[in-house]
Amino acid sequence: MTQAELRLCSLLLQEHFGEIVEKVGNSLLRTGPRPLRLLVGDTGLLPDQVKKALCVLIQHSLVRYEVQPRGSVEYEARSERILRILRYPRYIYTAKTLYGDPGELLVEELLLHGHLPMSCAVARVADRLTETMEGKGKRRHSCDEEEEGESKAKRQKKEGGSSETPPDDGIYWQVNLERFHQHFRAQALVSAVASRMDQTSSEVVRTMLRMSEVTTASGASHTQPLSSNEIFRSLPAGYNIGKQVLDQYLALLADDPLEFVGKSGDSGGGTYTVSILCEELGVLNQKHSQPLELSFTSAPTDLHKALVSLATATLESIVEESFGSRCARIFRLLLRKKHLEQKQVEDFAMIPAKEAKDMLYRMLSENLVSLQEIPKTPDHAPSRTFYLYTVNVMAAARMLLHRCYKSVANLMERRQHEMRENKRLLEKSQRVEAILASMQATGAEAAQLHEVEEMITGPERQQLENLKRNVNKIDASENQVDETIFVLESFIESTMKRP
Amino acid sequence: LSMAGRGRGRGRGQMTFNVEAVGIGKGDALPPPTLQPSPLFPALERRAVPLPGGEEGEYMLALKQELRRAMRGLPYFVKPGAPRRDIERYSDKYQLSSPTDNAIDWNPDWRRLPRELKIRVRRLKKGRTTPLVPKQRVALDKEETIKKLESLEKKEEEVTSEEEEEKEEEEEGKEEEEEEYDEEEHEEETDYVLSYFDNGESFGPDSDDNGDEAVY
Repeated sequence: MTQAELRLCSLLLQEHFGEIVEKVGNSLLRTGPRPLRLLVGDTGLLPDQVKKALCVLIQHSLVRYEVQPRGSVEYEARSERILRILRYPRYIYTAKTLYGDPGELLVEELLLHGHLPMSCAVARVADRLTETMEGKGKRRHSCDEEEEGESKAKRQKKEGGSSETPPDDGIYWQVNLERFHQHFRAQALVSAVASRMDQTSSEVVRTMLRMSEVTTASGASHTQPLSSNEIFRSLPAGYNIGKQVLDQYLALLADDPLEFVGKSGDSGGGTYTVSILCEELGVLNQKHSQPLELSFTSAPTDLHKALVSLATATLESIVEESFGSRCARIFRLLLRKKHLEQKQVEDFAMIPAKEAKDMLYRMLSENLVSLQEIPKTPDHAPSRTFYLYTVNVMAAARMLLHRCYKSVANLMERRQHEMRENKRLLEKSQRVEAILASMQATGAEAAQLHEVEEMITGPERQQLENLKRNVNKIDASENQVDETIFVLESFIESTMKRP
Repeated sequence: LSMAGRGRGRGRGQMTFNVEAVGIGKGDALPPPTLQPSPLFPALERRAVPLPGGEEGEYMLALKQELRRAMRGLPYFVKPGAPRRDIERYSDKYQLSSPTDNAIDWNPDWRRLPRELKIRVRRLKKGRTTPLVPKQRVALDKEETIKKLESLEKKEEEVTSEEEEEKEEEEEGKEEEEEEYDEEEHEEETDYVLSYFDNGESFGPDSDDNGDEAVY
């Protein structure tokens, strides 16, 4: 685990669970799995505090425990899972877009509490819905469970003797993060198609993906073949394209060099599959408004190649934004040509030598580009050696991911700093709000309310507005960086899985 | 030994490899040597692209802040024990302190957690008010004595809970009497309804974030 990851995990734990949980989590992350008493010793906390913290962490699946053969229990922190806290808003928002308010609230409740029995979760969501909207609180929401639940049935050891044991006692549900990740990857694919071709094509691909959601295993490289008739029947209601038009779109998609869609047969009007590992292609250019140019050299049914495209698109974007478009041109050139000498770079990129040199060195110093030595003679004499510039995509991706973790940690610290600096003013503002609220409830006059409002002076109001604007900006940035983290992590993870 | 340094420094910056191959021609000006660590906030050459706005971004932002706020209020947010006041106040007796380290304020499913994490809490029964009485009397003594006694209490609890664990390990498979948690331990026996009591200090610097919510 890198320092950057550790620091980020620390901040996330502290912000959401407090310092005691943070200390315990920290100790586990830094020194590895250990039993309770060592943890107490390390953290310097009281045993009860540590126990409480562990209960919270286990409840939220951030720590797992294992009973050792000799009977002692060892606790282990799950760093990847802790980092997912950053993505909670995205999970909740996605649930909202897919399943509406009940879905959103359900995912939110499950994330807030770690895991819940269904009866409990449904009751909470129903309460919240009736709070906001009258008459809409239904108790049965069968749509959400299959997609988002992961049930854990436990044998009941003993009836606790409590008055009401709910009928689903012992069965807990939690959010299936991996399934959401699959969805995000699918979203990226649809997005890429939309910007590369057009809206309708992306709808076709989206339909195909939707049809295959449940039948495609999580790590699969293709969807099951779908016949064009089936696709035609499953298109969303608003799309009134004729069958022939659909066929044309499918043919176009299959012919596209990106090979999102492959034709696998002719039955049923032609069967097509979607290369899911192409779902790794994404328009991941969050920073540009123009569509990305994605360059591919071979069929993306090869998972690795598809993910390389994804990661390289992100890298290109980062180079462009940090160093400028000429530098990005050199970078893309190196990606395409793999290894180039100094002179060749100047020639192919059509950039004057001095400028090209300068750009290469800058990228070299940032480790985005590296030098490869190819000796001509066995004695590796410097004058008889080729020096080639190259991009090591995996290394660059790791480096940038590390930088992302650092960035988010810095953003969080800055945000907390801003809040601390303005603590006094914030508290004052809250008090004034409370007073105003209670005065309004008891029907005070406008003049009195105005008097209370005046308690916060003009400059103070300005200060509060600045604070709010800054904090919002920082929060939005954190969300943004997490998108890049998702892309890079997906790429690295799948590359590591290759035999 | 002094011979070892000879030959170095002659000619500008000799390198072990042929610098021409990398592109540094003869007579080119090299950038000046770096004599200090890079600045903490290096100047940005180009402005960062603005954040994507839009409904999705706004909503996710609101969700993020709402989530943060909500989690602070949940029992999973473990707060350290209330700081000791400098002067013992009369009102302390009537104030419901937030559950200190000794209690866990939510109900985990103990079937899914290791036994050792269960915090042993003293039962509060009518017949057993005696352990509490010394606690209250102690409040009138000086602080050092309080601390001493509390640490002794804690030790006693630790010892007993350790003993419990050993016993449990020996008696595998037997039905054990489970310690009942009593979350009412902190409810003092007074004639006054505690939620009505407000000593007017909730606007002070010690208050929690949500001063406008009632304390039950």
